[in-house]
Amino acid sequence: MTAIATSRPVGRTTLALALPLLTAAVLIAGWHAAVVASGSDLFPKPYEVVNGIVELAERGLLVKYVVASLFRVTWGFSLAVLVGVPLGLVLGWFRPAYLALNPLIQVLRPISPIAWIPVAILWFGIEDTAPIFLIFLASVFPITVSAMAAVQNMQQVYLRAAKNFGLTGLPLFARVILPAALPQILTGIRIALGVAWLVVVAAEMIAVQSGLGYLINDARNAGKRYDLVVAGMVLIGLVGLVLDLLVRRLERFDSVRWGYGQR
Amino acid sequence: MSFPGKESQPVHVLERVGFQVRAGEFVCIVGPSGCGKSTLLNVLGGFLKETKGDVRVEGARVTGPDPGRIFVFQENGVFPWLTVEQNVGFGLWRKSARERAERVRHYVEMVGLAGFERSYPRELSGGMRQRVEIARALAADARMLFMDEPFGALDFLTRLKMRADLVRIWQAEKKTILFVTHDIEEAVQLADRVLVMTKRPATIQAEVAIDLPRPRDLDSPGYLAARDRIFELMGMDAHGSFVAAT
Ligand SMILES: Nc1ncnc2c1ncn2[C@@H]1O[C@H](COP(=O)(O)OP(=O)(O)O)[C@@H](O)[C@H]1O
Ligand SMILES: [Mg+2]
Repeated sequence: MTAIATSRPVGRTTLALALPLLTAAVLIAGWHAAVVASGSDLFPKPYEVVNGIVELAERGLLVKYVVASLFRVTWGFSLAVLVGVPLGLVLGWFRPAYLALNPLIQVLRPISPIAWIPVAILWFGIEDTAPIFLIFLASVFPITVSAMAAVQNMQQVYLRAAKNFGLTGLPLFARVILPAALPQILTGIRIALGVAWLVVVAAEMIAVQSGLGYLINDARNAGKRYDLVVAGMVLIGLVGLVLDLLVRRLERFDSVRWGYGQR
Repeated sequence: MSFPGKESQPVHVLERVGFQVRAGEFVCIVGPSGCGKSTLLNVLGGFLKETKGDVRVEGARVTGPDPGRIFVFQENGVFPWLTVEQNVGFGLWRKSARERAERVRHYVEMVGLAGFERSYPRELSGGMRQRVEIARALAADARMLFMDEPFGALDFLTRLKMRADLVRIWQAEKKTILFVTHDIEEAVQLADRVLVMTKRPATIQAEVAIDLPRPRDLDSPGYLAARDRIFELMGMDAHGSFVAAT
């Protein structure tokens, strides 16, 4: 594996860095030119967005808002993992549980978490609990469904080998079913984290007074500060990227790497 | 033994199959593809419930899988999330850590995988993965190994080497081996006795004892005679053409 990585031609890594940078440069130049050409004095030019981010940092809001958003995602998402993984494993294994609960899950799943915002405010008020609940809702379904499918599609030969060695009950779950399902569960977790990050912004625009979603809404309402609006968008994109890269790192562990084919 | 079948008619797979295997014996089962060899092995292993009659191994009814009878699967049942040594030690959770380590070391060495203890299955070749599975079965101290075309997915040379090593291991371990294959040459190279099955609904139509010293010389008259006898029983000559009068 490492042999392949190091023997990769030098040109390819340089290219992998140079091409995205080139795209970014073209995009930023185009953006700048378009704003100048349109004569808009509301929509910010790229450097004004950079200034906006600097301003946020100086006012201490940058760290505060990013941390506030991450705090909510961490709670909502962790709860979703704690509930979704065991629930999905049980649904995938016990047919009656699947028959009883799967229709309910399939009905709840297409309801956008945004549609739950009024309900969440009614139940939890305008506090951290409401967005945490929304993030939980948004991420628990992809995690549950992926864990369920992973168990249902598990290679039968692993199960048979395990039973052959006399494994039943909890040891069977812990030593074979969970590890066999783990790669697919991790993929579900990655998707769920992406969704959670989408939802935190929406939730913060309505339910709370801090976070990147709140920043966007507040900047628009208080004086049409579109430089800060776009700054907020850029920050959301960057943090989302970092989150995804972190989960992708998990996919490299030996205990799951077998599940992702040849890479 | 029959399966539900698609059009109301159940598929009768096995009928009146009875045979004896002595402890420590190496028995091969050959038969045409689809005749029910896997079904037979699975019923004996406790993975399939017979529809009629009863199945007894060592005098006791087979009610389910048993750690005393370990399967080696054609599609390879080695756990890809465990290293070689973790796989080999898989069936040993009741043993002390020291005994486990000792047995793992012994059997990893026996199947020729010393130096690969910390490797993951995806880093091994198909033949090596099959060796891991055999070591896992041996380490668990199964009395019987049930092998269902375990070398079927391997290339020709690897298969030859695996056969030779399996015979060596069997001689050292004195396990009872029930080995299913559709490859007549393989059966004659390995077995003390070859059971020949008929087409569906399958029964055992003949037993051919292979009383040749090991390692076997594949050009010796005894080997060739036994091979041709089985070909004939299955209605073919050694060149693959069907014999008219059967
Ligand atoms: N689960 C099943 N349901 C219905 N038919 C089956 C099932 N498993 C096997 N069969 C049928 O039983 C016959 C014997 O299968 P098998 O034991 O796998 O044959 P072999 O291993 O000798 O090639 C085949 O005709 C196959 O189609
Ligand atoms: Mg078969």
